[in-house]
Amino acid sequence: MSKSDAYVSFQGVQKSYDGETLVVKDLNLDAHRGEFLTMLGPSGSGKTTCLMMLAGFETVTHGEIILDGTSINNVPPHKRNIGMVFQNYALFPHMTVNENLAFPLQVRKMSKSDIEDRVKKALDMVQLGAFGTRRPMQLSGGQQQRVAVARALVFEPKLVLMDEPLGALDKQLREQMQYEIKHIHENLEVTVVYVTHDQSEALTMSNRIAVFDDGVIQQLAAPDQLYEKPENAFVAQFIGENNTLNGKVLGLDGDICTVEVEGGEKLKALAVNIQGVGFDTMISLRPERVMVNPESGQCSSTVTGKVEELIYLGDHIRSRMNVCGHDDFIVKIPNSADHAQLQPGDTVQVGWKAEDARALDVLVS
Amino acid sequence: MNTVKVNSVLLTADGTPLKISLARAQRRSKIIAFLMVTPLLVFITIAFLVPITDMLLLSGNNEIVQRILPKTVETLQNWDETSGKLPDEIVFAAMVEEIKKAKIAKKHTRVGQRLNYESSGFSSLFRKAGRKVQKIKNPPYKEALIKSDKRWGKVETWQVIKQFSGKFTDGYYLAALDLTRDSKTGNIESLPSKDSIYLKLFLRTMLLSSLITFLTFIIGFPISYLLATIPTRISNTLIIFVLLPFWTSLLVRTTSWIALLQQEGVINDFLILVGLIGEDGRLAMIHNATGTVVAMTHILLPFMILPMFSVMKTIPPSFMRAAISLGAHPWRAFWKIYFPNTVAGIGAGSILVFIIAIGYYITPALVGGSSGTFISNRIAYHISQSLNWGLGAALGVILLGIVLAFFVLYDRIVGIDNMKLG
Ligand SMILES: Nc1ncnc2c1ncn2[C@@H]1O[C@H](COP(=O)(O)OP(=O)(O)OP(=O)(O)O)[C@@H](O)[C@H]1O
Ligand SMILES: [Mg+2]
Repeated sequence: MSKSDAYVSFQGVQKSYDGETLVVKDLNLDAHRGEFLTMLGPSGSGKTTCLMMLAGFETVTHGEIILDGTSINNVPPHKRNIGMVFQNYALFPHMTVNENLAFPLQVRKMSKSDIEDRVKKALDMVQLGAFGTRRPMQLSGGQQQRVAVARALVFEPKLVLMDEPLGALDKQLREQMQYEIKHIHENLEVTVVYVTHDQSEALTMSNRIAVFDDGVIQQLAAPDQLYEKPENAFVAQFIGENNTLNGKVLGLDGDICTVEVEGGEKLKALAVNIQGVGFDTMISLRPERVMVNPESGQCSSTVTGKVEELIYLGDHIRSRMNVCGHDDFIVKIPNSADHAQLQPGDTVQVGWKAEDARALDVLVS
Repeated sequence: MNTVKVNSVLLTADGTPLKISLARAQRRSKIIAFLMVTPLLVFITIAFLVPITDMLLLSGNNEIVQRILPKTVETLQNWDETSGKLPDEIVFAAMVEEIKKAKIAKKHTRVGQRLNYESSGFSSLFRKAGRKVQKIKNPPYKEALIKSDKRWGKVETWQVIKQFSGKFTDGYYLAALDLTRDSKTGNIESLPSKDSIYLKLFLRTMLLSSLITFLTFIIGFPISYLLATIPTRISNTLIIFVLLPFWTSLLVRTTSWIALLQQEGVINDFLILVGLIGEDGRLAMIHNATGTVVAMTHILLPFMILPMFSVMKTIPPSFMRAAISLGAHPWRAFWKIYFPNTVAGIGAGSILVFIIAIGYYITPALVGGSSGTFISNRIAYHISQSLNWGLGAALGVILLGIVLAFFVLYDRIVGIDNMKLG
């Protein structure tokens, strides 16, 4: 996409709190108008810091943040017109829900009747029309969460930031809220920058996901791309479940390389991120792409595996196998009518297509 | 456990109602809990409830007249004090006999002292009577007693004795409120303003206490805010400085204020050095109200800071951020969002400082001079010097009443359960 398309743009942004270490190292990131962009990463990777710089609560040590074509480095936070949802909701306990929602509108000196209309509309949007006169303390966690979302949207900002807004909710409520926030986003066409360290949340909600680690974006892509085509070992490990086989590149033929793994087996894999022939590599393979007892010709690599453990999970059966010397090799067997009947201790053939095995860089740990 | 439902009363497996077996199961822990608070309960009863009750009783107690002059009091009941005539011989006879008895027990001056609070002169009247009654051997006692001192022949004297002969009296309270009961008409009147002391003193105590409370708030609020918003590591160190006054002797702190504020003190010397005042214009900052206010503001500051700090500590920084992100200028965010959430702490700190200040004794006594003393100094005077315990007790009860009134007021406005002390 072209640069002019970017609504929010981090340009070479660096951040240091103590003048000794960089918490954010050279961040370049664009969010498009109306996009739902998620920053995903482990704890301490600098997600909140980025969001706070965008909101104006932390200064940018170096670089520039552009909002709608103009640099906002020197715009104070209360003039940025950015909605924000905090992890603890930050609802004002001494005000009713209505007053909480009216606050940003009063600040903008709107007329009383306008305020009433907007507050009512916003509350209806989050299905809390009847709760306007309650105090935040009299609401459940999920309801508080909705009020926080409504308050961040009631003054119709073009950009809304959310820092782990669902972190305090239980799993079921969290999933429900994920859909609700997603629908609100689709209906209002606001740009959302969302922070989470829950990958399924990121995959469910986002248009694109920026995977953070150690102050650097590891990969920026749509959810399906991120899951199916991780570009480096960190992303492959971080998103979803992943089997890894370490080895050495023996040869390269177009996209496909041959890798000799630790057990001596030679496997074919898609060369995604390798340094070249002779270097170490890590093959990443999703458990659901492994086939058990494949028909001949179906797979480009086949090895023997020994079933160590079986866990029945309803829709699929999870099998831990010993493959090429790794005894943590996971295979997901769909619970179809004719799926392979395995017993612990069985020896089976497992195989996969070369494109599903991605040869990536080696994580230094 | 198996529960059986019979006639909507829940029963346990062995058939006893569930409520009873629950109470039985909890009895033991209740007894243990009670035993654990017993020492405190005993202590509070002995050291707090008993003295306060005693003070309450003392402030209305007037037994002494009846105890030492029982017959006189009894016979006086038949005398009409509004008639303008002296009581009958029988009253005088009783009086003479009882003063004789009291003289032997050395108690006659006590009655005189008690009645002297109500009308001056009684002390000397009874002391003199103690000496003279020995010579009165035969009736008519009336003439003899009047001969010993003319005052016995005045109707007013007997009016006062009758008026204050009851077992209980409101006389101390009236005196404590600068009121007096006209001995002829029995109407309650206020003293002329030149004679009134206590109302002025109560008023001054409350005004200066309010001023001190206000000053501790003004000084304490920014400090509490700073302590609550800086990193914990630094604030823990700074809290020590707030607590430092607690660890130095009250006397040392008060006297160091004297060293600072007195006419020959550091501040005056400095002002002269700078040339702001002349040698003859040295400011009087101690032994007056200024001294009391300055020293007490200093002493009570921690009581304001700590509750405010502990409340501010619980206000998440995201409140301010949220308000600012919603478009409020930081000042407005502070005033509309942060400040209202500190009210519980301000209330707790204010009521604490005010209540401590209103009953403060040592500092006003040391640095208050005559214009900066509090009601408690007056109470102390009556307890330990004038020995008018009844009046001291009445003043104390009124002070207690004022404190309780403020407490109730606070409860109405802020709510006691909102009070956070730490
Ligand atoms: N105010 C601060 N002062 C100093 N260091 C800070 C400050 N805030 C964050 N850091 C440091 O910056 C790094 C990134 O923190 P940040 O809060 O951005 O992480 P995060 O990705 O949001 O993590 P989490 O998922 O746990 O919220 C961390 O190492 C943290 O210790
Ligand atoms: Mg964070």
